[in-house]
Amino acid sequence: MEALVATAIGLLTACGIYLMLRQRTFPVIIGLTLLSYAVNVFIFASGRLATGLPPIISSTAAGYTDPLPQALVLTAIVISFGMTAVIVLMALGAWLEAGHDRVDMDDDAAEGDKP
Amino acid sequence: MMSHWIIAPVVLPAILAPLIVLLMRGDLLLQRVFAVAGTFALNVLAVALLWAATVHPPEAYLLGNWPAPFGIVLMLDRLSAMMLMLTALLALVVQLYVISTDWDTRGRHFHALFLFQLMGINGAFLTGDAFNLFVFFEVLLIASYGLMIHGAGRDRLRAGVQYIAFNLIASTLFLFALATIYAVTGTLNMADLAVKVANLPEGDAALIRVAAVLLIAVFAIKGALVPLQFWLPGTYANAPGPVAALFAIMTKIGAYAILRTTTLIFPASTPATGSLILDLMLPAALVTLALGAVGILGARTLPRLAAFAGIASMGTLFTAMSAGTPQATSAAMYYMIHSTLATAAVFLIVDLITDRRHDGALTAQPRIAQQGLIAALFFATAIALAGMPPLSGFIGKLLVMDALRDNPALIWTVILASSFLMVLGFARAGSTLFWKSHATGEEPTPHEPEPLAFVAIGGLLAGLILLTIFAGPITTWLDATAAALHAPQAYIDANALPGGN
Repeated sequence: MEALVATAIGLLTACGIYLMLRQRTFPVIIGLTLLSYAVNVFIFASGRLATGLPPIISSTAAGYTDPLPQALVLTAIVISFGMTAVIVLMALGAWLEAGHDRVDMDDDAAEGDKP
Repeated sequence: MMSHWIIAPVVLPAILAPLIVLLMRGDLLLQRVFAVAGTFALNVLAVALLWAATVHPPEAYLLGNWPAPFGIVLMLDRLSAMMLMLTALLALVVQLYVISTDWDTRGRHFHALFLFQLMGINGAFLTGDAFNLFVFFEVLLIASYGLMIHGAGRDRLRAGVQYIAFNLIASTLFLFALATIYAVTGTLNMADLAVKVANLPEGDAALIRVAAVLLIAVFAIKGALVPLQFWLPGTYANAPGPVAALFAIMTKIGAYAILRTTTLIFPASTPATGSLILDLMLPAALVTLALGAVGILGARTLPRLAAFAGIASMGTLFTAMSAGTPQATSAAMYYMIHSTLATAAVFLIVDLITDRRHDGALTAQPRIAQQGLIAALFFATAIALAGMPPLSGFIGKLLVMDALRDNPALIWTVILASSFLMVLGFARAGSTLFWKSHATGEEPTPHEPEPLAFVAIGGLLAGLILLTIFAGPITTWLDATAAALHAPQAYIDANALPGGN
């Protein structure tokens, strides 16, 4: 299971970084989202992986999984969701104002390939 | 012992900002009154906390009364009290400027966003928990996104998208670093981390080194340390002038976080990391300083000139911090106060000029209204930023150079040569702006006098002058602060960790 989780995190990060280096805002935002998924799984795994164990005290439990990373990952999910919403709106505003959705500020070069 | 006043600088803006959004959204006058009153109250609180931190040892505030390291703690010590004071003063000045120049009428919710930003900044300075630091970073960032695009406009929105994207990447790296730290040590309380990292088994050292460098890299993005400074000129040059002035404290948050982590959690004496961080920081800081100086010389617009002045001052600051000695830390903190005030002043002056000229290009244009007064303010601020006598920039650089006697050939050369470049750059900008405009022979277009804006900038310069006159008592206080930072046992004890001591 460790190998599976590690591969998933690695794959998500790689895809996220690739998309982030694209020139248009849409792939960049998708890349940032994938990266935040990767980090969420990573935080979750930082409390060690345990199968079928409860995070809170129970009389029948054989052992416990670390509850703190679960709380941390909840916070991280909420924050990254909010931030993604902000950047989507901002990108939309920039696209409406500028007429194209290139990420860089170099307008002269952009004349040739407007969508 | 536990004083509830410690959390007040976070709670006050957190209550006031929603009230402004919900109850006063239609009434700008009411918004202004409450926002200024709130910031004034923050100043009073900061003075009280500064006094408390000076006479008492570091004090922990247990949120929800959960004991550390299980609950989140806020920590008040001399450094955080000093940063709170600096933030509150800067905020008041910027607010006066905004009200005087009507910046808050160019978009909605300026004052609410401003207060949310103050809440995040104060929280980041107060928190004693690494994950809580991340949360407060996000609070201040999300408010800064709104402030950055205040008044909108095409370039500002596009620069805003870049700014958010960079900061989202930084936040992701921050989370990776925190998760790695948690996986290795099993705690995120900073004092507990200090104890655990110092006694880390040999086998975990490599992992914690990776986490430490990642964490410092995140703070370096905030502090605009080369090679992570690339976001700053575009962002600050496109942000509204007063917002850029407030952002002068944002880069200092990066510096504060690096200072806190390198003295508390990863000091050079810790076997796991050693002097790795400081060794990496010195060359980066020197390049930052040189790049800022060259940028000032080469800037073609005024806002970019101000942004590069900010980068150069961060370079000097990080150079001082990279020595890792109490004397150098004290010099760094003196320079931090100076650079916050001076950078904010230059952004406000640049905003006054661009507002009167209708663009920020550094070219000879007809004279502007109140040219003589603005030129005098620009001259004084340029002297402070370049580090010429008699203002505090000179004393700051002198202290930094005095603290870095170990490697004078390299460090002194870079500091002195970059000061020279900055003098040249500011002289070029000033003569183009103010002298060549006389040659055009045209009369200035009238402009509203905006006396309060000049009072605001005058306040910042008065701060610089006071910093110069009272350099003696201030450095004595800072020396004691630096000594406390480099011997953090009192800070750790204040957390009352179980099992230890």
